[in-house]
Amino acid sequence: MNVDAWMDFEIWDVLFLKNYNTRLVVLSTFFLGISSGLAGSFLLLRKRSLMSDTLSHACLPGIGLMFIVVTLLGGNGKSLPLLLMGATVTGLLGVLLVTAIRNTSRIKDDAAMGIVLSVFFGLGIVMLSLAQTMGGAAAGLESFIYGKTASMVGKDLEYLMWITVVTVILCVALQKEFSLICFDENFARSLAWPVHFLDMLMMGLMVGVTVVGLQAVGLILIVAFMIIPAASARFWTEKYRLMWMLAGAIGGLSGWVGASVSAILPRMPAGAVIVLVSGVVFVFSMFFGASRGVCKIKSRQIHMRRKIGRQHFLRAVYEILDAQQTGGNFTVSIQDLLEKRSWSRKQLQKHISRAKREDHIETVAGNRIQLSEAGYAEAARYTRNHRLWELYLIRFADVATRHVDRDADHVEHVLGPEIVRQLEEELDTTLHGMTPPESPHCIVTEGSI
Amino acid sequence: MIWMEMDTWIVLVGVTCAIACALPGCFLVLRKMSMMGDAISHAVLPGLALAFLITGSRSSLPMFIGAAVVGLLTAVFTQWVSQFGNVDRGAAMGIVFTILFALGLILIVQSAEKVDLDASCVLLGNIEWTPQDLMNIGPLEIPRALVVLASVMLLNLLVILFFFKELRIAAFDPELATTTGFNAQVMHYLLMIMVAVTTVASFEAVGSIIVIAMLVVPPCCAWMMTDRLGVMLFLSAVFGALSAVLGHMAAIVVPPWFGFDDSASTSGMMATVAGLLFMMVWIFDPRRGLLGKKVGKYILNRSA
Repeated sequence: MNVDAWMDFEIWDVLFLKNYNTRLVVLSTFFLGISSGLAGSFLLLRKRSLMSDTLSHACLPGIGLMFIVVTLLGGNGKSLPLLLMGATVTGLLGVLLVTAIRNTSRIKDDAAMGIVLSVFFGLGIVMLSLAQTMGGAAAGLESFIYGKTASMVGKDLEYLMWITVVTVILCVALQKEFSLICFDENFARSLAWPVHFLDMLMMGLMVGVTVVGLQAVGLILIVAFMIIPAASARFWTEKYRLMWMLAGAIGGLSGWVGASVSAILPRMPAGAVIVLVSGVVFVFSMFFGASRGVCKIKSRQIHMRRKIGRQHFLRAVYEILDAQQTGGNFTVSIQDLLEKRSWSRKQLQKHISRAKREDHIETVAGNRIQLSEAGYAEAARYTRNHRLWELYLIRFADVATRHVDRDADHVEHVLGPEIVRQLEEELDTTLHGMTPPESPHCIVTEGSI
Repeated sequence: MIWMEMDTWIVLVGVTCAIACALPGCFLVLRKMSMMGDAISHAVLPGLALAFLITGSRSSLPMFIGAAVVGLLTAVFTQWVSQFGNVDRGAAMGIVFTILFALGLILIVQSAEKVDLDASCVLLGNIEWTPQDLMNIGPLEIPRALVVLASVMLLNLLVILFFFKELRIAAFDPELATTTGFNAQVMHYLLMIMVAVTTVASFEAVGSIIVIAMLVVPPCCAWMMTDRLGVMLFLSAVFGALSAVLGHMAAIVVPPWFGFDDSASTSGMMATVAGLLFMMVWIFDPRRGLLGKKVGKYILNRSA
């Protein structure tokens, strides 16, 4: 078959879900992505993401034990509902044990999770090793460890759909309760909410999603399903509702895309491809996320640093002019400015050239600079804000006059116009108008302190 | 119970492995990073796969190096994600190790035609097979795994003895460590190197379950019983060794009770026994145990 025919044939088949098997896998991982994204959001917000790791490992002994018991009783040991039931029981037990160890001993959260994870996993391996001695029937049990997306059957999809529906309904119905528990558990307790019950409900949701997803992607990759979509969504928003929706969407889409890719390309295990797709989404979100992404935060920092630099520079110029008591916009020598604050010549040069670009400086001639009209007004405004704040601190916060300059420095850059207006009202009304008030302390240069 | 020479070797390998893991594990538990062992032992898969693809053989040195490098990278990436992305450290760990694991799986499946390597045999070295791979040390024939693990154990012991003071301050108070003039970050990475090397060396020899369990459970048992780091290190080694010995015995003895003819997985049993030991300490420890606290209260009430 040549490449074009292959393209025509397979890709469209996959994208339009024509093939029964593909349809099953893509839809299953899509639903799994949605439900695990939602359930994972709670874990992430409560800083318990690795609980999913513990939980998925804790399911293993239940599966092995159920298989052994049912087979010994003469039933079909590989009946999926029974195995999932076993997994649910030990999974819940594991979660409860982590809580019990944390609450009744000095062992911390992480170690409690580590203990339960490793011991239950060890127990699970013991069970599986025993199950293996019972003959060939146990052969498929390892698929719970590494996942076998290709072997999914209609029942899996059905379960995944149900758990997704339940998760979405619970999240919508209990969004207020869940969000409060995520953010302030103690406050919820003080409101006499059934915190314990809600907590169990949340954990139960997580157990349900994990148990149903185990068969599909295996007990290690299900952890990625739980953590990565939620963590990616966190970079985009500060609103929990939006975050939940985004987490569900990212999970669902990675499931869809990943499963499709694995169906198109040869020898690509679906679970791993889906995790890689969501990993790409995570890395992208981490750098370019609209609210907490690395780039956004860096640019915010740079912006703030520039703003502070500009305000310091203009105020320094104004204070020098003010000290000359000539009143008005004259030239200022760079030497004076250098002594004004603890900045190096290079830093000052940077401030000057930036101020020039912003049209705050009229002329730079030799060693002297002169502010422009706009620059002088800005300088006066910054100085005024600074001094208003100083006066406020002295009058209402009992800050000593000697220290007030430094204290005002920390806050003045974030004073918005409303707060300045409030300051004006609190302080003397004679301070209205654009001229800055007298400085409450004698203005000194950094060097002379 | 039939005890053969083979069983002695298995127990010896188990004991060395348990001690080698328990020593750095103490610091992991104290630094609240207990899940690191689990993360590393999954994350090294792409390192193993790459080393295998490049050298084309299953000789242990390139595999060891590949795995150890990726193991260390796991720690570094986790640090980055949690620091630059401001993500909770647990979540960061989960993100990093699952992505690496997925990458490893794809590498292995992609090259499945060329090479005979599957995830389960890479991840689960088997302690029952160690006596079959012997090497000569002087006049003795010793399992190769025992030699590897004993050297790792000695190495860990030496590093801990040599940097005891630094590791201790860095574990309990990283800020103090930094103010007293040595970098807590350096100690962090030293610990991570130690954990990565131990993890890789052990699970290549005996399987990942033992590693994950022995890094966490014996140190936790020890920490329940003492407040002194030296004592804790010693006790965790004892608990580790105990779970190894009892675990192998249980693997032989217990299954017949339930009507099974064969023995169970030794590594799984070692982890299980470690868990039981922890449970005993959790309940019966005279000072901090559930029962111990009750008894203490009772005595106090009576004397009052």
